[in-house]
Amino acid sequence: MRRIITATVQNRSGVLNRITGLLQKRQFNIESISVGRTETDSISKMTLVVEVEDNQKLEQLTKQLNKQIDVLKVTDITDKAIVARELALIKVVSAGQLRNELQGIIEPFRATIIDVSKDSLSIQVTGKPEKIEALIELLRPYGIKELARTGMTAFLRGHQPQTTELPSYSLLNR
Amino acid sequence: MKVQTKPGTAPRIETKTGADLLVESLIKEKVDILFGYPGGAVLPIYDAIYKARESFTHILTRHEQGAIHAAEGYARVSGKPGVVIATSGPGATNLVTGIADAMIDSLPLVIFTGQVARGVIGTDAFQEADVMGITTPITKHNYQVQHVSDLPRIVKEAFHIASTGRPGPVVVDIPKDISANPCKDEYEDDFHLPGYQPNIKPNPLQLKKLANVLETAEKPVILAGAGVMFGSASEELRTFAEKHSLPVATTLLGLGSFPGGHPLALGMAGMHGTFTANRALYECDLLINIGARFDDRLTGNLQHFAPSATVAHIDIDPAEIGKNVTTHIPVVSDSKAALQALSFHAESSAEHDEWLQHLSGYQQENPLWYKNPVKEMVPQWVIEAVHKITNGNAIVTTDVGQHQMWAAQYYAFEEPDRWVTSGGLGTMGFGFPAAIGAQLAKPEETVIAFVGDGGFQMTLQELSVLQERRLPVKVIIVNNGALGMVRQWQETFYEERYSESLLQIQPDFVKLADSYGIRGYRVDNQEDFLDLLPEVFSYNGPVVLDCRVLQQENVYPMIAPGKGLHQMIGVKP
Ligand SMILES: Cc1ncc(C[n+]2csc(CCOP(=O)(O)OP(=O)(O)O)c2C)c(N)n1
Ligand SMILES: [Mg+2]
Repeated sequence: MRRIITATVQNRSGVLNRITGLLQKRQFNIESISVGRTETDSISKMTLVVEVEDNQKLEQLTKQLNKQIDVLKVTDITDKAIVARELALIKVVSAGQLRNELQGIIEPFRATIIDVSKDSLSIQVTGKPEKIEALIELLRPYGIKELARTGMTAFLRGHQPQTTELPSYSLLNR
Repeated sequence: MKVQTKPGTAPRIETKTGADLLVESLIKEKVDILFGYPGGAVLPIYDAIYKARESFTHILTRHEQGAIHAAEGYARVSGKPGVVIATSGPGATNLVTGIADAMIDSLPLVIFTGQVARGVIGTDAFQEADVMGITTPITKHNYQVQHVSDLPRIVKEAFHIASTGRPGPVVVDIPKDISANPCKDEYEDDFHLPGYQPNIKPNPLQLKKLANVLETAEKPVILAGAGVMFGSASEELRTFAEKHSLPVATTLLGLGSFPGGHPLALGMAGMHGTFTANRALYECDLLINIGARFDDRLTGNLQHFAPSATVAHIDIDPAEIGKNVTTHIPVVSDSKAALQALSFHAESSAEHDEWLQHLSGYQQENPLWYKNPVKEMVPQWVIEAVHKITNGNAIVTTDVGQHQMWAAQYYAFEEPDRWVTSGGLGTMGFGFPAAIGAQLAKPEETVIAFVGDGGFQMTLQELSVLQERRLPVKVIIVNNGALGMVRQWQETFYEERYSESLLQIQPDFVKLADSYGIRGYRVDNQEDFLDLLPEVFSYNGPVVLDCRVLQQENVYPMIAPGKGLHQMIGVKP
């Protein structure tokens, strides 16, 4: 199953290496990982999208992450009300006459053309990963020259429905 | 008041270097022994150590691997972190085996490695190795010092992290310019580690749940691991087991956590454990694991592990709970705190005399066995004879292989923290240097290193340290002229094709000892051995004893790989 996990970490050198190393050592499949600073200077946030077999594996993953000295908090937000976004840059083969056609395709995705050259067009799109997948599929027949994706970053919405329990893994017994 | 200075003698401002700060921090941590080996990148540190030589003993091993295994032995019996220093590049990479060994067996170590100067890190400078990259997966934590003023804080954190919670190795990589240059900034060593909260009190709800199950369990059993000893909880374990008449099986590393001769002791469980201990784990309806990590050499095939049991697992490391075995009652806690709280929650238990009788029937019917040839020596007999003459009181270290398993089986440990062996990593070359560290930690005690003829040759250069320090370690080579454990597997699983496992050529171990100025003996029969033992153990100096034992002995009983706890072979002669 695909899970979205966020980890708040101390922004120290080596922390990213420690985390990716541990995921690899324990044979977890990472689909994407994104890291960036947060509102607090010394703290970064990672968003991991992983593919795990079952709940036991998932629990191992969060516990192993939590065990790292520089990891402050690990949360599995997959089943929560979340805002999740990814950004992709897509360079498409395009002769001038196709430009309008492409414009028509990307518009519903609220994507923008950010670079134009004689024989290519670069498109920027943000959104949920599924939306980005969909746009890529539509553009594929035109010939994608280059594709770069940031991986997902996500956090909880300001308001959470009261019904579900947040599966937050901490050092303390649940 | 004005300071008067004599003309021509300007007041000298003593500025401390990084190396001075390091030494100061070590003194603050009450370190009294360092194990290490010098080299270019740690010259400033060794200079500071020289100046502070009144404060520490530095043990110069003859290989960095010897230093780190000695530090592990020291840590295991003293309960204090072992401290290691090595130079950059090859010095640091020579430590890798020991770091991995300490990580998997949870031994507290603080390791200082030299590094090339900050300005050239990343340029493939002379003796540069990516120590952070190499040690990240095998350390509890690691640091590379970037500012000299951080050094005191980092050292303090390193000792704290290594020795609290689930212990483990911490590496501090120190670039040469950091240790060489004066510290001009202010520094302090206060630290705050918000992501690290090692002291966890047991959850009373889970303990109540455990107490409830105990009230109805008909076939309860305790599995005691090294976590009992890390938590200094042997007393509490004994009280708890006796109060509820709970039989106790131990893991390889848990030997000594419960007295081996106790009526409730089932002995060691696992691949070469006793029939009874393994049957108890197989048949039980309640399994209380205290500080063991359900290693595969213990559980055998997981499908057949405690198939009808409610599993309770007390462990300080939450990640160990539920990792290999589905756990019904998780208790994240230090073993001592959990057992103390349990004594309060668990008042009564179901009567289970029948179960105890059943197990003692197993014990009588299927004891450990070997065939004693009367004249020649077999390894099991050697261990038993040594056990006898030392009254089971020695501190015993082992190397890895058949002799290790026989020592575990036949040197019935009564007391905690007297058994030093490489369990998780199974590191050949561990046993002898570990004995050096153990002897330094406990100078008054008898320390025995049971080593194989193969493994001893991996680190025997440390004989120099025995001679130099006149450490009275008794090295007993269980010499079967073979990489015995490999030979056994080739006999059993590869139709006796002994591929590269017979050691036809060996040094003359007696002459070798002699060349180091150490007493050496060779014996090949029981009579001479028994005659010699009093001399060996009454002599207050190092001894190397080459015991020629029969080669064909195999370690039994055994759970073959892939088999379950109930499928032991070699249970009876
Ligand atoms: C560093 C290392 N290399 C290889 C092994 C694999 N190994 C396990 S036991 C063993 C044989 C050990 O022989 P010896 O030291 O003579 O002990 P014995 O089994 O004969 O008692 C070997 C090669 C190991 N455990 N560690
Ligand atoms: Mg051998």
